[in-house]
Amino acid sequence: MALLQISEPGLSTLPHQHRLAVGIDLGTTNSLVATVRNGISVVLNDENGRAMLPSVVRYLADGSVAVGEAAQAMQSEDAANTIVSVKRFMGRGLKDVGEISRLPYRFADAPPTGTGQGSGMLQLRTVAGVKSPVEVSAEILKVLRNRAEAALGGELVGAVITVPAYFDDAQRQATKDAARLAGLNVLRLLNEPTAAAIAYGLDNAAEGIYAVYDLGGGTFDISILRLSRGVFEVLAANGDSALGGDDFDQRIHCWLLEKNHLSALGPQDTRLLLTHARAAKEQLTEHAETRITAALSTGEVIDNVLTRSEFHTLSQNLVQRTLQPLRRALRDAKLEVADIKGVVMVGGATRMPQVQHAVEEFFGQTPLTNLDPDKVVALGAAIQANLLAGNRSGDEWLLLDVIPLSLGIETMGGLAEKIIPRNSTIPTARAQEFTTYKDGQTAMSIHVVQGERELVSDCRSLAKFELRGIPAMVAGAARIRVTFQVDADGLLNVSAREMGSGVEAAIAVKPSYGLSDGEITRMLQESTQHAQDDMHARALREQQTEAGQLLEAVQHALEQDGGLLSQAERTLIETQMGLLRDTLQLADHLAIKRAATALNDATVSFAQARMDKSVAHVLTGKKIAELGEK
Amino acid sequence: MMQLASFDFQHNHFQLFGLAQSYQIDTAQLDQQYRALQALVHPDKSAHLPDAEQRLAMQRATLVNEAYQTLRSPLRRARYLLSLHGVDTQEETNTVMPLDFLMAQMEWREAVSEARQARDEAALAQLETRLQRETRELEAQLAVKIDAEKDYAAAAASVRKLRFMEKLAEEIHAAYDAIDN
Repeated sequence: MALLQISEPGLSTLPHQHRLAVGIDLGTTNSLVATVRNGISVVLNDENGRAMLPSVVRYLADGSVAVGEAAQAMQSEDAANTIVSVKRFMGRGLKDVGEISRLPYRFADAPPTGTGQGSGMLQLRTVAGVKSPVEVSAEILKVLRNRAEAALGGELVGAVITVPAYFDDAQRQATKDAARLAGLNVLRLLNEPTAAAIAYGLDNAAEGIYAVYDLGGGTFDISILRLSRGVFEVLAANGDSALGGDDFDQRIHCWLLEKNHLSALGPQDTRLLLTHARAAKEQLTEHAETRITAALSTGEVIDNVLTRSEFHTLSQNLVQRTLQPLRRALRDAKLEVADIKGVVMVGGATRMPQVQHAVEEFFGQTPLTNLDPDKVVALGAAIQANLLAGNRSGDEWLLLDVIPLSLGIETMGGLAEKIIPRNSTIPTARAQEFTTYKDGQTAMSIHVVQGERELVSDCRSLAKFELRGIPAMVAGAARIRVTFQVDADGLLNVSAREMGSGVEAAIAVKPSYGLSDGEITRMLQESTQHAQDDMHARALREQQTEAGQLLEAVQHALEQDGGLLSQAERTLIETQMGLLRDTLQLADHLAIKRAATALNDATVSFAQARMDKSVAHVLTGKKIAELGEK
Repeated sequence: MMQLASFDFQHNHFQLFGLAQSYQIDTAQLDQQYRALQALVHPDKSAHLPDAEQRLAMQRATLVNEAYQTLRSPLRRARYLLSLHGVDTQEETNTVMPLDFLMAQMEWREAVSEARQARDEAALAQLETRLQRETRELEAQLAVKIDAEKDYAAAAASVRKLRFMEKLAEEIHAAYDAIDN
């Protein structure tokens, strides 16, 4: 592309050289995508002007997939194949998900994955086959990626995906795998409250110590940050990765069952009542009472009135459950309530009056609600994505985040020994030496766990691996150095090597719940088989964008330097431009490419002439000596 | 102003932050230097660069975090400083402690355990305040032994005492968590 390569000396980069990057808030209930445009972070809407994509994925018998509103509309009718709140299953086994009977899904036993020996992530049986939560999440991410690429007119350099701060390694790894499966280059996994703090802090030039209270659809986070001169330093994070707005819906759901003496509903009615429960919850934010009416598949009709004060009583202990992480985070940060300058509220569930009231009472101050709790995370993620993509925004800032849960290994007696304590600033690494306890021992198994509890059985098992090939020595002579490295995404890598004899064996470990690269490749191949159409659409969009940029550049050049051309040359170029404009109307990316190449060829000598002219312009008035230094 | 080119993995923690090698340090200066250094080396600054650059950034940032945490904690700073002087603090092996210190430790443990059983947060808070005061006194003694008297053997004994105090602080912390549950 001859013309595009010429930029005027001394001029800044062309707009299309801005590297396209987005921030994605992959939420339990809704997901959003945002980007930085002209220096301002904006949420990208779908073609109907909607910012929020319901995090709902429906699998159909013909193998097609519906995501968002269309899937949500069918969630009661086709409950078993319509996955809502999949985020709660990410990196989780069946035993981790309580109340399975109350969920309208058919769960499948999962084979262990990766190199670990722990049980794998749960899976869901649908009409389109068995799906892992990673695959379901990838469907949501694909829709957002397509939305962003259509809106921005080009391929994304990468994305920042947000995760709850209290997500453990398995949940983070699963999120990253989902993004890779959706064809996204993950620039960073960013903690949701931290993303909110960035958006809020940069917007308000905030200085001091802030708390971010983030109650989402399925997760609760509290983060305490120090904001000072462009540095966002997370002092402590805490939370509950299985507590969110969904649980408030469940409370209303249970109340309905009790009121109407119902038990053991089918998947369809369960989803129906949960949907009504959510609507009732939202109603009670504005109104003192709400009426719930629903017709069950059995013909039975439900008609109840729920008052705000009854709802507050029902959900009281859920609100209380968020206060314990608050106290812990403050203690970890060695701070008092009085040290907190402001409390930023994030997540749709913080709209509930009883939540706002509890937070206000705890901190003794009115929480900050002058930002959209649904959008602020995506907006902050976009700001970080812009920075990570290498687009210099001018205002330099730095984020120092922490790992939320301690990492350790199993020692004698099933006890967990902490290697990296929670709230360590990342990236971080710690090495520990171990030794053999038997003569001639040539192997040693290492069990990596995450959590705060003393017993291994109360912590999350991340990986088990065996270090083999230790040279046979007397007990205690071998020195095995195990290194834990946590990267800036909060992801762990463990390696071990035997140092006693100079023989080194190293092993990198992926957590039990992570997918191996081979599995990712297989899933990617499967999805591309069904995605020929997608690829065509994408190629077309890319060609259209490039052709548009080429036309613009040629037009600009003609206006500026048209005088360098003979009439014949000018006519040829203008003819090719016309042809290219015509093919732009066709949905044929190859035709567009041909026309663009023809225009490009027609402008080669023009480009050369412009180059000569601009070089001559730059050289004018310079001495030979100055030229020699170049 | 620091520059990335001058970052040296061979530097000790004090050199890394441009601080004089002593127990007493200007923590405000350390905080400031830490942020300035992270602003240079943090992986976020090289996320758009090739993998090799990103790995290097992770290693640099990891070292800076490790060095900062070491110097920020009085106990870890003392231990590190003594190791630079070739003195091992023998916290795991040398358990010889003055009798009165051990007796005091026993009493502390019992008090914490009682408060935990009684779910008495006020008692814990009192114990914490007292512990902090005694920890400060020990740290002040350490400063004299290391910086003024350069009596590293005596300093190592104080580090071992401080380690006991740290364990107590951890127990108080765990007791708060237990009461919360």
